Amino acid sequence: MKTNLLPAIRLTAATLVLFCVVYPAIVWAIAQLAPNQGKGEVIASNGKRYYANVGQQFTEDKYFNSRPSAVDYNAAGSAGSNKGASNPEYLQTVKARLDTFLVHNPGVKEADVPVELVTASGSGLDPDISPAGARVQSARIARVRGISEKTVASLVEQHTQGPLLGLFGPSHVNVLKLNLALDQLR
Amino acid sequence: MFAITIVLAIPFGSYIAKVYAGEKTLPDPVLNRLDKLLYKVSGIDEKREMNWKQHMYALLTVNVVWYLLAIFVLMNQSWLPLNPDANPDQTADLAFNTGISFMVNCNLQHYSGESGVSYLSQLFLMFLQFVSAGTGMAAAAIIFIALKNRTTEKLDNFWALLVKSCTRILLPLSIVVGSVLAFNGTPMTFNGKDTMISMQGDTVQVSTGPVASFVAIKHLGTNGGGFYGTNSAHPLENPNYFTNMLEMFSQLIIPLAMIFSFGYFLKRKKFGWMVFGVMTAGFLLLVIPTMVWEINGNPALGKMGVDISSGAMEGKEVRFGSAASAFWSIATTVISTGSVNSMHDSGMPLSGMTQLLAMMTNAFYGGCGVGILNFFIFIILAVFISGLMVGRTPELFGKKIEAREMKIAMIVALLHPLLILAGTALAAAFPEITSGSLNNPGFHGFSEMLYEYTSSAANNGSGFEGLGDNNPWWNITTGIVLILSRYLPIIGPVAIAGLLAKKKFVPESAGTLPTDSATFGVMVLAVIVIIAALSFFPVLTLGPIAEYFSML
Repeated sequence: MKTNLLPAIRLTAATLVLFCVVYPAIVWAIAQLAPNQGKGEVIASNGKRYYANVGQQFTEDKYFNSRPSAVDYNAAGSAGSNKGASNPEYLQTVKARLDTFLVHNPGVKEADVPVELVTASGSGLDPDISPAGARVQSARIARVRGISEKTVASLVEQHTQGPLLGLFGPSHVNVLKLNLALDQLR
Repeated sequence: MFAITIVLAIPFGSYIAKVYAGEKTLPDPVLNRLDKLLYKVSGIDEKREMNWKQHMYALLTVNVVWYLLAIFVLMNQSWLPLNPDANPDQTADLAFNTGISFMVNCNLQHYSGESGVSYLSQLFLMFLQFVSAGTGMAAAAIIFIALKNRTTEKLDNFWALLVKSCTRILLPLSIVVGSVLAFNGTPMTFNGKDTMISMQGDTVQVSTGPVASFVAIKHLGTNGGGFYGTNSAHPLENPNYFTNMLEMFSQLIIPLAMIFSFGYFLKRKKFGWMVFGVMTAGFLLLVIPTMVWEINGNPALGKMGVDISSGAMEGKEVRFGSAASAFWSIATTVISTGSVNSMHDSGMPLSGMTQLLAMMTNAFYGGCGVGILNFFIFIILAVFISGLMVGRTPELFGKKIEAREMKIAMIVALLHPLLILAGTALAAAFPEITSGSLNNPGFHGFSEMLYEYTSSAANNGSGFEGLGDNNPWWNITTGIVLILSRYLPIIGPVAIAGLLAKKKFVPESAGTLPTDSATFGVMVLAVIVIIAALSFFPVLTLGPIAEYFSML
């Protein structure tokens, strides 16, 4: 023990400098060359700043709604619901979300509602919905905003990000970017 | 993706073997100087050879130093520098748990990164992510050295193995991965929370920090502790599908490369392929059904009439989808990373079972270094059992395996189920203390407790995160499980290897049972399956399997 203690303490001190100071400093320095100096991707619009990757709460009918969130999109924290698949109380919550969605989107059938619109995401900050999740809301958006469904559909089309290299991952739509584009229509 | 990782793991394994053998490698001109400087500052004679006991004394001593420092930093973070969000000190029991779990490469986090730690604490935990991974790799390297064909007690120097693991393997990769993450939208800043006003007019605080450097080593070191509470499901910690692939690659590369480096180091490449074959077979047996279950979605939601064609999306992110989330959930549990990109608590019941099984076997790939250690125990058991079956003396690499080695192997093999089952039984026996922390009723609630102890005993660190685990019961009991399940499975295999190294070398003959054949591989897999099935089937029927049948 004695023969090891001194080297152990000295090595700890030396490696602390290496891994807590030098290493983050190197990554930080490289990150200064990245977009927005490594502070995360930011969109500026109408004098406001938004984090492109951090989802926002959209519950108003004039906007494409984002997914339910266990933390109401409060990015000071993050959490999923952690409800088990068979939890009766959870199943009631989902049913209530589905009913609410159908009330706000008259004419839409249950089978047209993709599951992610009635389930909470893992982080509670999911910035995306699926293209189907956007399309099923298009009729409502067109009606509330008094624009043609075709315009809305093409906007959704434009903002659909396909799989990486056309191969990897699902198609998805960034709700924030889509809603910014909606507001800019007028 | 998986294939690319394997292809890259083979040359990287050869590089790791060279590093531990002290042969020339490409980054020598820079890193030789860095290592020399570290030895000099620390007063270490890196040429002093140690036997297995001296190795273990050194390993335990330095771990105690790290632990005491961790407790100090976590319990005093409120007044220490780099705390822009003014987060409070951790309580004693939480600091006990957090300190241990980062020291043992588990990263069971009973706090949320946004509110539970300061940036200084995050940086210190990042330090532990480097050195705890280095500790595991150094222990594996001791076994590599001990199993070379010769009779010796001299097994290189622990400090040198530790330093080399950190500076030559973890550090260079971390710098590359961290930088790529920063370019993809992962924050790397020392500013505190940022305020923004959402389009609907809500004022929202956005938590940032030195995330990119943290996430790189969390995966490369198979630590898994997230910067944010929701780990790699968080859109700043894992912004897109590309970073998801990169982070998956990062957690797979070193465990895979260690397997091949085992083969290279012993000059028994075929043996390395045998190990790889067994591990991959086990991995695929777990990952394929899990992906099918998650892609098929939650039948209870299907009955409501919604379109579940995109899979079981509760607790999952749209940008990853159900397939990549299911794949990740098994990769992270077999490798003992424990980072998550979806909430395992909300997965399908049988996926919970495969995630649990991945941690219960804990030897398919496994964590940085310790995967090899765990697998080594199963090899010893398989050698012994097959030796008995065919009536030959059990031998591994020309060394006889005798009663003493077998006793150690059995103790280590049985410790894992003992800790999991005893812990869960204890928690179930005191419902007045534990039932309040459950987030789900019935069988699933039982699974939450089982998962917590399994994750601790496997040093994994993922969780059924619905469990309210920041209270003295969970902090203390899992802390104890963490210590036992880290150090005994390191000391045991190293002791066996050290004892074998001392023995007389018997050249292989026609009477030797070949350990690099497919037959032997099947034998190892059978041993793993039998031990896991016998130990864990009853408890799985009480949790995930019962929940599955209740949903039919």
